[in-house]
Amino acid sequence: MTRIAQYLKSLLLLELLAGLGVTLRHLFKPKVTVQFPDETTPVSPRFRGLHALRRYPNGEERCIACKLCEAVCPALAITIESEPRTDGTRRTTRYDIDMFKCIYCGFCEEACPVDSIVLTRFNHFHMEEATQRVYDKKSLLEIGDRMEAQIADDRAADAAYR
Amino acid sequence: MEQLLSMWQALPEGMRLVIWNLVKIGMVLGPVLLSVAWLTFAERKVIGYMQLRIGPNRVGPRGWLQPIADALKLLTKEVVVPLRANRFLFYLAPVLVIGPSLAAWAVVPFGDGMAIADIDVGLLYVLAITSMGVYGVILAGWASNSRYAFLGAMRSAAQIVAYEIAMGFAIVVVLIGAGSLNLQKIVLAQSGSFLTWYWLPMLPVAVIYFVSAVAETNRAPFDVAEGESEIVAGFHVEYSGMAFAVFFLAEYANMILVSALAVIMFLGGWLSPFDGIPVLGSLFAWVPSPLWLILKVAALLFCFLWFRATFPRYRYDQIMRLGWKVFIPITIVWLVVVATAVYYRLPPWFD
Repeated sequence: MTRIAQYLKSLLLLELLAGLGVTLRHLFKPKVTVQFPDETTPVSPRFRGLHALRRYPNGEERCIACKLCEAVCPALAITIESEPRTDGTRRTTRYDIDMFKCIYCGFCEEACPVDSIVLTRFNHFHMEEATQRVYDKKSLLEIGDRMEAQIADDRAADAAYR
Repeated sequence: MEQLLSMWQALPEGMRLVIWNLVKIGMVLGPVLLSVAWLTFAERKVIGYMQLRIGPNRVGPRGWLQPIADALKLLTKEVVVPLRANRFLFYLAPVLVIGPSLAAWAVVPFGDGMAIADIDVGLLYVLAITSMGVYGVILAGWASNSRYAFLGAMRSAAQIVAYEIAMGFAIVVVLIGAGSLNLQKIVLAQSGSFLTWYWLPMLPVAVIYFVSAVAETNRAPFDVAEGESEIVAGFHVEYSGMAFAVFFLAEYANMILVSALAVIMFLGGWLSPFDGIPVLGSLFAWVPSPLWLILKVAALLFCFLWFRATFPRYRYDQIMRLGWKVFIPITIVWLVVVATAVYYRLPPWFD
């Protein structure tokens, strides 16, 4: 008996019609597409994107050349050289990040005692030649200057969980 | 205007006939090719919507110019001929595929007396012409000198041959019911109301015809000939640029053709679905008959796209089982049923 029922079921295409019903319902459902250049998906304040070096509000760079980030970096992407400045403080003379080596793990940011090196939420960047892969101190500080408001907001939003 | 008219009358009789026929061919094939272009767009939109996406929407307003962009892209691409391929057959194959799928439109009636050629063996002509398409597919597979292409061609040929039989029997049922092979007479035999169309007395045959049509055109879920997950793209894997576009065009032109035939044989062709209904019938009497045909064909084409968005691909042995062991027996049984009904002049269809 069940065999006959099965046979009739397949002959009358019942399950195929049910499947067609599912797709027909989906035809009229709201669409989930995000049209990327015009719209973007929400980004977490913890997003680990482009690197930046921050400054204090008075314009002094935060980095004190402790080299903890260089030491913790698992990909050996960071290179730091430092010298005492005329006012006696120690500052970096060179802060290079090899963007091809970096794995965006965020260890540098966690290791930094003065919140100098940070990973911003910005991720739409590219380079056109292999020689442009090393971001030096000047460009990293520029990124920090440009995005300081956003960076500070993101740190404040995440501070409670750190 | 008068000058043109006098020039027209000055032409010899034979010349006028040729020109007039060329105009008619243009009037049919132009819209067919345009609808092929926008059918590809409709396909991407419908499947996109069913997958909760929105489909192409960048070229032109809401993406409506996408087919033009696609055509330009394919036109400007190089046609690569594989090394040691048979060049002559390689170029001949797409022509053999598109030729029949356009030639068959000659007998399709768009209204009472509105066909390029109103011939008495219309249905036979369509069957004969569309069967030619398989030669192009086999030649394409063979001439490409590629294993993928050859496998695809073999699969496609076996499948088309198997489903042609079921399709042929479905057509035989219709011609017994209508008592004519002339497509116009088949449509006129169905006139009355939408209940006297042949889809009702021949429901299983109509379903089988449509499913066979899907299989004939190598569309999902019967697209093992293309089987992109197994044999890349099947018989046209080595084709690029315009040669590929011709295959593409032929596939979609075939879809429209088999839909038009299904409408003519089972859904009353150009007849209005409101005929015979008291108020609606006269309300929609002004609608030109080709429009009804186009609307019905569009509905069936939507089903093609709908199937593609719904069903996973059949396994090859399942396709063969369905064709040989399910469809052919059912159509033969229904042949006897319809023949009996015709013998006893069963109203309202066969009286």
